[in-house]
Amino acid sequence: MTMNIFQHEFKMHLRSVITWSAAVAVLIFVYVSLFSSFAQDAELLNQMMANFPEQLLTAFGLNGVDLSTVLGYFGFVFLFVQICLAIQAANYGFSLVSVEEREWTADFLLAKPVGRTQILTSKLLAALSGLTITNIVVWISSFSFINLFKGDRPYETTPLLLLLLSIVVFQLFFLGVGLVVSLLVKRIRSVTPYAMALGFGMYVLSVFGDMLGESALEKITPFKHFEPNYIIQHGAYDLPLVLISISVIVISLAGSYVLYTRRDIPGVV
Amino acid sequence: MSVIEVNHLTKYYGKARGIIDVSFHVEEGEIFGFIGPNGAGKSTTIRLLLSLIYPTSGSGTIFGQDCIKYGPELRQEIGYLPSEVFYYERMKVIDLLKYSASFYDKDCTQRMHELAELMELELHRRIEDLSYGNRKKVGIVQGLLHQPKLLFLDEPTAGLDPLMQRKSFQLIREENQRGVTVFFSSHILGEVQRMCNRVAIIREGRIVEIADIRTLQQNNYKKVRVVANDLDTAYFDIPGVTNLERHDNAVRFFYRGDINAVMHKIGEIAVSDVTIEEPTLEEIFMHYYE
Repeated sequence: MTMNIFQHEFKMHLRSVITWSAAVAVLIFVYVSLFSSFAQDAELLNQMMANFPEQLLTAFGLNGVDLSTVLGYFGFVFLFVQICLAIQAANYGFSLVSVEEREWTADFLLAKPVGRTQILTSKLLAALSGLTITNIVVWISSFSFINLFKGDRPYETTPLLLLLLSIVVFQLFFLGVGLVVSLLVKRIRSVTPYAMALGFGMYVLSVFGDMLGESALEKITPFKHFEPNYIIQHGAYDLPLVLISISVIVISLAGSYVLYTRRDIPGVV
Repeated sequence: MSVIEVNHLTKYYGKARGIIDVSFHVEEGEIFGFIGPNGAGKSTTIRLLLSLIYPTSGSGTIFGQDCIKYGPELRQEIGYLPSEVFYYERMKVIDLLKYSASFYDKDCTQRMHELAELMELELHRRIEDLSYGNRKKVGIVQGLLHQPKLLFLDEPTAGLDPLMQRKSFQLIREENQRGVTVFFSSHILGEVQRMCNRVAIIREGRIVEIADIRTLQQNNYKKVRVVANDLDTAYFDIPGVTNLERHDNAVRFFYRGDINAVMHKIGEIAVSDVTIEEPTLEEIFMHYYE
């Protein structure tokens, strides 16, 4: 790693990191603040939900969830947090290298006396640092807003910790996959559609998997590997699925290094 | 010692031609011109030597070392001005230059400010607010601030006003006098003619000629213009004469061969004016492209 690239990259990410972190904090705040009113009418709510079609509940990850408990409710909130984190991480992954090629700054950077491995490592660590800031913000806001709004209802700490600990792997998955895809295609004109497609796409796959009872789909999407309901209900990870996530991360990052060091940097024609 | 040595370098982008079997060498301390029209492979050659792209076959060495294997180390001593200058839009000029300087082992601050002053660069403007010419100036400062021993200039003066062009030529000459080897790519022959010692001409990816600028001009063609009354163009239609044309009383042509043959012809008629001169590189160049 070279410090100057890291610093430069980190600065480039900073504004986006702050925006995403603030957005996620607000999201957690708004949803968790509604918990007490939900919980008061929990009986009514659970009855009402029982009348909803099962598919609809599955689509929102509400099947078999008791919204009157702190963690049951938070698991539902956390799904939205996951979607945000997925899009953010995918965004950084897709743009990590491609942004230099799209804005033609790659010639500047690569003509400097640094190797490509060092460049990629510095960029990855800078992006990961940004994601970690968002991660920390999620931790802080989760704990503080839950304790602020839980009223007199108790909750277990372990499942919550497991949920929050899963974030880093979850982020790395989307960062890595985004990066390797960006290196497999010739040129990415705009990052946002790719990031949205990967983030939402994985979420939709997990939902479809649930609705259709199709278990093959859950093998590929981290929304299944780290499904909040599962973690909360079992107080543990679904280990084989988590290992799939980790393998994908390792393969995509290793692949990215191979592809990037051999890549022909496109020039202005 | 050859600073750059290129051996049978070939690059295909998929099926599209980049360059084919390009070989040349650049000696220490010279300004080596690299001319050809757009798309001939000038930038491809430079980008291969900087290992921004990798060759299909062949190899290149810089300071005697393989330009890919030792790329990062070699680039400590290389300055590069790309043909199209693009930098991080949101950065200020001074921050970009500092970022650029941070890659080199030496302290570049003083040289950076000297160059910025010379090029009349406004250091606190944002890159996105700069005109093309001003970006080019950033490029020149950025490429020179670490006092490299080898300079790659890809169309260095395109977009600069004449005053700045002259300044940058002056700058390049000064660098060269300090011992810097310059690889000067351009499609403008006039500037290559003024700047370079030797020149390689590239066309459709292949080198068609490598020659000393003077030899290129002297050994080949003379440009002859004869003014006389009632002169028939056919009179000068002898072997070695090309591009024969007539405007009013003046006949113009290029001649290659024993100059006495032409002198003899001219001597036999009553002329009112004669000029015999070196053709410009431009005119020679057109010859390679016919």
